[in-house]
Amino acid sequence: MHSASPAAAADPDRPRPLSTRDLFVSFTWLALQGFGGVLAIVQREMVEKKRWLTPEEFLEDWAVAQVMPGPNVINLALMIGDRYFGLRGALAAVAGMLTVPLFVILGLALLYAQYASNSQVAAALRGMGAVAGGLIAATGIKLVPQLRMNPLGFGICLAIVAAVFAAIALARIPLGWVLIVVGGVACGETWRRLGR
Amino acid sequence: MTIVMQWHDWLALWGQYLMLSMLSISGAITTVPDMHRYLVTQNGWLTEAQFTSSVAIAQAAPGPNVLFVALMGWNVGINAGGGMAAGVHAWALGLLGLTITMVGIMLPSTTLTYFATRWGHRNRTRREVRAFKQGMAPVVVGLLIATGWVLAAGNQAGSSAPAWHLWLLAGVAALVVWRTRLHLLWLLGAGALLGVFGFV
Repeated sequence: MHSASPAAAADPDRPRPLSTRDLFVSFTWLALQGFGGVLAIVQREMVEKKRWLTPEEFLEDWAVAQVMPGPNVINLALMIGDRYFGLRGALAAVAGMLTVPLFVILGLALLYAQYASNSQVAAALRGMGAVAGGLIAATGIKLVPQLRMNPLGFGICLAIVAAVFAAIALARIPLGWVLIVVGGVACGETWRRLGR
Repeated sequence: MTIVMQWHDWLALWGQYLMLSMLSISGAITTVPDMHRYLVTQNGWLTEAQFTSSVAIAQAAPGPNVLFVALMGWNVGINAGGGMAAGVHAWALGLLGLTITMVGIMLPSTTLTYFATRWGHRNRTRREVRAFKQGMAPVVVGLLIATGWVLAAGNQAGSSAPAWHLWLLAGVAALVVWRTRLHLLWLLGAGALLGVFGFV
């Protein structure tokens, strides 16, 4: 099982995971930094630090990971692992994401049973939750410049970003509808433009 | 709380999570309402408090949010074993419940993603594959910003501080991540401290 893509293999200077062990350790470390979700860390570690993905690849892979069923960050880890080491890589990356964090969360659940009523614990979690929201929003903001290369044109892209934000964050419309309607229109129009 | 779980109950639990896995577009968190209906309302396998704390702990803990599913399975097993005080027997059933729910929620979606993304990668020069990826890009950017917004907003409950404090903290955090390379754990630590001192 090996599926190193031409894109990844073409450039020998490009950083890549050294082994399935490297994948496991990297994704374990990545998951353990991800309080309140791993997404913000994925971009920081995979794109900016390790540079296993370019920003364009991150955006495309993230779109796929988001649309497939299942946890987004798990899907993304699976895709990155598969790209470099096939099935073994996919399993190593997903196992890295889940194994150690699973023990951590069980430990926290046992601890929580004792401190559940402590108001300072709740307050600290609240502050971390607000920061976590900011981190994820920033992940999206950082990808905006990539949209300049999009066949839809920068203006239409920004309008789509605004429409999705308003539908999900403000109107709280179920995600499935937003994906079908806005995503369908966007993909259809892109398809038309690519054919010209 | 103590419940009785027959083997066919475990099987039904597994089947439910296998099905939810295929429905969990854009993350397991979107299936929480259905899990609540199944585990708390319909079967009474979890108390309301056990269900809510499972989600809250996973949000606060490091790691993928999907681990809240593991805590739900763990709690079902503990209840089936007669509670935490029952000792080794309950812990073993907790691990059984955890395995059943996690394998259930992970197996179908990861299998589908594995094969679908391989297909997509092999056919990445095709017009419809490129149109899908590039057309979804602005949608994804909008979704990310919206997710950050919704997550930040969820922290208003239970706070006595003014709501703008929370938005200020989230906004400053976003700005720092956008403009600097400061390690994210410093930001989360600062958020925890501000929470303890009553700012949010």
